[in-house]
Amino acid sequence: MPIKLLSRDEVKSLTDRALAASAAVGQPDDVRVNVQSGWTGNTRFAGGEITTAGGSTDTTVAITSSFGRRTAAATTNLLDDASLRRTAELSQRLAKLSPEDPEALPTLGAQPVGTIASAYAERTADLTPEARALAVQRVLDGARSAAGDLGNDLFVAGYLEANAGVAQAVATSRGLFAYHASSDVTLSTTARTPDGTGSGYAVAGARDWSLVDPAELGRRAARKAVASRNPQAIEPGQYTVVLEPQAVADLISQLPGSFQARAAEEGRSPFSKKGGGTKVGERIADPRVTLFSDPTDPDLLGQPFDAEGLPIGRTVLIDNGVLKDLVYSRYWAQRRGVAPTGGASTYGGFGGGGGIAGGLKMAGGSKSVDELIAGTERGVLVTHFFYIRFLDQRTVMVTGLTRDGTFLIEKGKVTRPLKNFRFNESPLFMLNKIDDLGRAERVRAGMVVPSLRVRDFNFSSLSDAV
Amino acid sequence: MSSSRRDFLKTASAAVALAGCGRAASTLDTVPSPQQAAPSPGLPQSSPADASVRDLAMEALNVAKDAGASYADVRFGRYRRQSINTRERQVTNVSDTESYGVGVRTLVNGAWGFAATNEVTREGVQMAAREAARISRAARAAQKRPVVLAAASAVTGSWRTPVQRDPMDVPIEEKVAMLLSANEAALRVPKIRFVSSGLQLLREEKTLATTDGTLVTQTFVRVGPQFTATAIGDGDFQAYTHELAPRGSGWEYLAGLDMPGNAERWASLAAEKLSARSVEVGRYDLILDPTNLWLTIHESIGHPTELDRAMGYEANYAGTSFVAPPEKTIGKLRYGPEFMNVQADRTQPESLARVAWDDEGVPADTWLLIERGLFKDYQTTRDQVSWISGLTGVQRSHGCSFAQSWSDVQFQRMPNVSLLPGERELSLDDIVADTKRGIVFKNRGSWSIDQQRYNFQFSGQVSYEVRDGRIAGMVKDAAYQSRTPDFWNSMDMIGGRSSYWLGGSFGDGKGEPAQSNSVSHGCVPARFRNVNIINTGRQG
Repeated sequence: MPIKLLSRDEVKSLTDRALAASAAVGQPDDVRVNVQSGWTGNTRFAGGEITTAGGSTDTTVAITSSFGRRTAAATTNLLDDASLRRTAELSQRLAKLSPEDPEALPTLGAQPVGTIASAYAERTADLTPEARALAVQRVLDGARSAAGDLGNDLFVAGYLEANAGVAQAVATSRGLFAYHASSDVTLSTTARTPDGTGSGYAVAGARDWSLVDPAELGRRAARKAVASRNPQAIEPGQYTVVLEPQAVADLISQLPGSFQARAAEEGRSPFSKKGGGTKVGERIADPRVTLFSDPTDPDLLGQPFDAEGLPIGRTVLIDNGVLKDLVYSRYWAQRRGVAPTGGASTYGGFGGGGGIAGGLKMAGGSKSVDELIAGTERGVLVTHFFYIRFLDQRTVMVTGLTRDGTFLIEKGKVTRPLKNFRFNESPLFMLNKIDDLGRAERVRAGMVVPSLRVRDFNFSSLSDAV
Repeated sequence: MSSSRRDFLKTASAAVALAGCGRAASTLDTVPSPQQAAPSPGLPQSSPADASVRDLAMEALNVAKDAGASYADVRFGRYRRQSINTRERQVTNVSDTESYGVGVRTLVNGAWGFAATNEVTREGVQMAAREAARISRAARAAQKRPVVLAAASAVTGSWRTPVQRDPMDVPIEEKVAMLLSANEAALRVPKIRFVSSGLQLLREEKTLATTDGTLVTQTFVRVGPQFTATAIGDGDFQAYTHELAPRGSGWEYLAGLDMPGNAERWASLAAEKLSARSVEVGRYDLILDPTNLWLTIHESIGHPTELDRAMGYEANYAGTSFVAPPEKTIGKLRYGPEFMNVQADRTQPESLARVAWDDEGVPADTWLLIERGLFKDYQTTRDQVSWISGLTGVQRSHGCSFAQSWSDVQFQRMPNVSLLPGERELSLDDIVADTKRGIVFKNRGSWSIDQQRYNFQFSGQVSYEVRDGRIAGMVKDAAYQSRTPDFWNSMDMIGGRSSYWLGGSFGDGKGEPAQSNSVSHGCVPARFRNVNIINTGRQG
């Protein structure tokens, strides 16, 4: 459906109405309004044809009311004045009935919040169903052309999703107003060979649709599918691995929870020290590892404030291998006498102190994946992982599977396709077993990581899955 | 905006209590035996669709037809969600969300399209219908096989989840008091430093109209409690999350769990884990309590028997299935022993997937996926029936169409999938007594399975070693790893009717964009011979 992005002024007039509705039905000490508004359009395909496609639009308004230290939130997507009053009244009623939260803080007043204008691209917001269908056709054509004899019988599936709109707007009764619009598109595809033994995957995305090449994506997935036919099993065990950026992202995205300052200081995190305190200032990874969050980074273009309206700046989590900054919610920062890093959820901070808002980026080197392969004596090339789940919070030990393109590397060359493995490994341990780093790449919105060569990666059992 | 709002509080208190509702899910008559006919969904009537909603529905369908749709459906959804979270002695979150909107699905020249909007007005539904048809036409360009829908009779009526006390009616103070009281009890246990508890409540009101003449309104109530206690030791921490199954049930279910009365016992398990022995790896006989086994059923039986997955439609995200192709597996694939029967249904009382009609207006069904150990049939929607009707002889959809909200398109989702009890009245204790060397797992810990549903690895919240028919103490860091067909074929003991328990989840994920499905799994305790047990702790 044609969508018009709600401008900053239009959103301000909506939040003003919500604040006025709150004042009309009661006298809370604090009110915070969060607005999200936008459009999403998607096209899914499998077996070389479009299976489902759709789009939807919505605008939600969340009103959080506080009476002293009693807080509650109510959300609605009905935007008329009567509905806003009803929602404000519900929020206030729930707040009055809630017990006091000793950790509640007043809402923020006006903040010096920046604007990340390039996070929103008109071209992405204009991605019509016809344009999406055309992109799918290009993926299919690309896959067919790269699969040689198998071209017509390749099973190609995938998904294109575009989002555009007001990612977040915050207003408070103490005079804060912040607005951030963003757009993003992701296109992924999986190609499978007709004999059922080969499968390849590729994904690309950007905030600006014009940067995505659907045909190239189709070609990449098809080449992997053809090359991965008739995989052979090798014994589970510890191997040197070359992980493509998608695989690295799958593992790194298990880490953010570990960086909560509160959990670390309460003894509940891998960065807690025996006897008390945290490992801040200690080396916890290879000296080439730097991991940070920064909404202004041109590869991230993240939201520059959190759901409370607190500005989010640059947070360096790991600095050349040393644990540098942990993430502090407003409450925990106040208790510890440090600056908050932000990242609270929409409904007030939760105990541990927020996620990594502003995106996550791991610095890389300059090598391509091919160059990492060329420097590998013997190892396993991994395209990406599947079904990763936590095993042990103390070590960030997780389990998962390899998928869609797993190959043996011998003397710097990919020699044969391998049967998939289950792994039991910790991304934290992995960051200490780095052999080499490739170029950092965007894997998805808010996640930019390099390819890696890692020693002694633990493949624990074989999987029959293709 | 013309749509009127019904007063849910009034209609909820007027709801007629269904015979059988409110009893514990482990009673005999909640467990249908194989091949029993589906119970009738003609239950308490809530008021039929609002005249205004009906008018908007007809408008949407007419516009869709004018735009070229051979079939269309329109779904109005009003969702009310309440969420309360606490930790130790404070409330960390109280939130109440309402969301209202409409989605139109169209079939034009055999291609699907969908469009949804929060503008529930004449103009809004017209635009959605036209946009859906536009999307259908755009999809036609890359089409190989036009969608063919199995016949479904027009149905009209209304239905609601039978509850004794609507959880939305319960005052917030009562809910908070219950949770804080549970936390307080847990904090009395030595070494317990942290505890969190919470409630997720949902009331979903859905009106569906289709160009086949169907017009149905349903109200669903679902509740999900949560409790976790964390013990801190010297340089170590261990958590215990009790398995509190979400249900399609009312406040009576939550009250019946007696969280305040049980929290101390649950929390002491976390403390006990600190000093439990780390498991010795090797092959053991595996005994799974229903609180753990239900998820293994979900992952290794529920998902691989989704027909769209078996045909490759989930290949780009959730994966494919080893239970494929249909012609090689229906009636042929040996999933497990003769005494293994697995039922699919959307009819079990208090289950999360219970409905009167699915999101295509197909009446709720009960059927067998696995009969006497042999794979028999898949989960289907109207457009999937023709793919396998030649093999199964089934001409109707099994009614598995579901969308998580008004803004999402409906597609094939898992119904309740349950392992039916054995003939003999055996309990977990009986199975333990029969075992020489084994490990018992209770509750869910970690879970992971591969993209074709073969290799899996699961753990529990607590595990116990069994030696010579007795529990020999708690072990930790244990996980079981196996391959689905080998695993089920190694099952040699199964519990009886009294040991049947209904687990479930709000978070069954599938689809692109991803959608969450609510689903229950009934099962009994079972034993599996000679399974690989690994150690996932620091030493692992």
